[in-house]
Amino acid sequence: MKTENKPVTTAAKPKVAFFDFASCEGCQLQITNLGESLLDILGAIDVVEFREAISEKWDGDYDVVFIEGSIGDPHAEERLKKIRARAKVLIAYGACACTGGVNGMKNSFQIDEIRASVYGKDYKLFASTATKAVHQVVKVDYSINGCPIYAPELVEVLKHALRGLPYTVPDNPVCSECKLNENVCMYERGLACLGPWTKAGCNSWCVNNGNICYGCRGEVSNPAKNANDVIGKYNLKPELIKAKFDMYNKCKEADAK
Amino acid sequence: MTTDNKNLNIKVEYVTRVEGHGNIVVNVKEGKIEKCEFHVVETPRLFEGMLRGRSIFEAQHITSRICGICSCGHSLASIQAAEDALGVVPTEQTVKLRKLLLDYEFLDSHILHAYLLVAPDVLGVPSFIPLVASHNKTVRQILRLKKAVNDVCDILVGRHIHPITAIVGGWTKLPSKKEIDAQIKILEDMAGDLGELLALAKTLTFPDFKRETEFVALVSDDGEYPLLNGDIGSTDGKRVGKKDYRQSTNEFIDPRSSAKFSKWSRESVFVGALARFNLNSDKLHPEAKALAKELGFKPVCYNTFMNTVAQVIEIVHCYHHALGILKDFKKNGVDYGQQLTVGVNEKGAVPVRAGNGVGSVEVPRGILHHNYETDAAGMIKAANCIIPTNQNINNIEHDFAKFLPEIIHLPKETITLRLEMMVRAYDPCISCSAHYLDVKYVD
Repeated sequence: MKTENKPVTTAAKPKVAFFDFASCEGCQLQITNLGESLLDILGAIDVVEFREAISEKWDGDYDVVFIEGSIGDPHAEERLKKIRARAKVLIAYGACACTGGVNGMKNSFQIDEIRASVYGKDYKLFASTATKAVHQVVKVDYSINGCPIYAPELVEVLKHALRGLPYTVPDNPVCSECKLNENVCMYERGLACLGPWTKAGCNSWCVNNGNICYGCRGEVSNPAKNANDVIGKYNLKPELIKAKFDMYNKCKEADAK
Repeated sequence: MTTDNKNLNIKVEYVTRVEGHGNIVVNVKEGKIEKCEFHVVETPRLFEGMLRGRSIFEAQHITSRICGICSCGHSLASIQAAEDALGVVPTEQTVKLRKLLLDYEFLDSHILHAYLLVAPDVLGVPSFIPLVASHNKTVRQILRLKKAVNDVCDILVGRHIHPITAIVGGWTKLPSKKEIDAQIKILEDMAGDLGELLALAKTLTFPDFKRETEFVALVSDDGEYPLLNGDIGSTDGKRVGKKDYRQSTNEFIDPRSSAKFSKWSRESVFVGALARFNLNSDKLHPEAKALAKELGFKPVCYNTFMNTVAQVIEIVHCYHHALGILKDFKKNGVDYGQQLTVGVNEKGAVPVRAGNGVGSVEVPRGILHHNYETDAAGMIKAANCIIPTNQNINNIEHDFAKFLPEIIHLPKETITLRLEMMVRAYDPCISCSAHYLDVKYVD
């Protein structure tokens, strides 16, 4: 690589860009936490835009774009559509992009009421609409779930995307990984945990560390079978589980409509 | 080289190498500066609104998601506010581990900012990517250090971004003996790379600039460099308790930005590493003091660009402070009886009451305040989070107003770069502010 203002590109290297919308940008940061193996990835791709980390900009088409964040204002929706038009492959990156993430909790309120609660009478100065996940605005080719994303999965999905192979997000519950990790079940400890309803793939990250599952990777496609047992056995209030689920999965309601 | 800048329009949309989205707008007409502003244009995420109706025991998990860079800092401010509202007093061990986590947070964030985001400006390249070829060894050292800090965070809190184990009341998992040793080893192994980076820092030069302002940070009466506990103080001699944080932030809305502005005794305030150094440099670790002395860096320093140097000095302080805590645990052991998992407090492990609590914690970018009001069932009725970058935006604009006339004779590209560098010096974290950075030069 030469030290010019623009990154040097070769025909063989796919052009990859990162874009962020409403999010904490933590999933992008997960990349800088890969350490020196980041240099191996940079050897295989050509990062043409990544506002948080570099100043370079690109005006051509993209082979792969990573979209971080949910969509929560009209300007963002337009910007996302323009990016989609220039991208061969689009990856929804992280919980905010995949499920709306915590930003979805905004949708539990009347939009003008919650805007006024934060900005007072001047709230109209700051455009804000109901939160949407990326697939609710444009077509998504790959998803990397989680808040934050789990770095090994990022590398896996990137490899699939670069080769044009399909990648399927695991659709079994977190419990399947949690059992293998030999954690004591949170329900046995008297606490409600979203593991039975939540997609695996994080290696039961939170429960391994003594906390409960918060459902950040989204709901498994058919949770009823797994979950009914738990609800019955532990005499759970459905409202409690619903309130917990709303933390990351409120946007899903728009899919059902 | 000088240029005719009688009419100058600059619009930098989405300033890069900062966290979040902001724009710079400059408009000079007939030699007169009509506009020189910093706009925050982040989509409002309305965290304070979304917290209403959630359990106080979920506040840490949710507010950690305000910012990926300072998620540990948000967690600690959130926990402090929640415990204040509930009347929970954390144990000495819990507080010590929280201080360790804060040290890690500073190390991670300052290494990222000083070396990956600012150094390219000083070395004259657009990002760290060209440095992979020209300064390969240095880039590898930086990435190794980032990874090392990430690894100790993995051990202590499960992961650095959105920590898992630090909760209201204490810790869901306490580090085993082996894990204490592992953290000590990782930190000790960082020494070589860190030493070389510090040598590099001594060679960097920053633009000349001076503007007197009011620096605000935690202050305390004991000998420890205050990051977690203390009162809110300023270089203008102010001092108030955390409960009175609103006096030091004085927020007001400006229609140009989705961020709120702040001031205290004068037109603007500055929070961050430079503010902490200016108020508390006598409490730094001796190694950090030695580096400051070697760099000829003394309080009170009014050069905004030196905020990055203050960060480098804090890297040294936090490194040694963290090692001190770990060695103390190695010697005296950890009380595992304090391990606690609360969930939404289904088992009533923590006594709940109605309350109003404040948490004020120094995070890498400056003092951060969280404030929650809860009902008798521990549900959040109202929340307020005041982010360091918000407190600085007003100061950035006042700096611009002084700096632009001093550099107006330079080529447009240089002016743009200098203004961007000035913004980056603050290490702004704009998605935190729920708001952005955008440089526009208008005709």
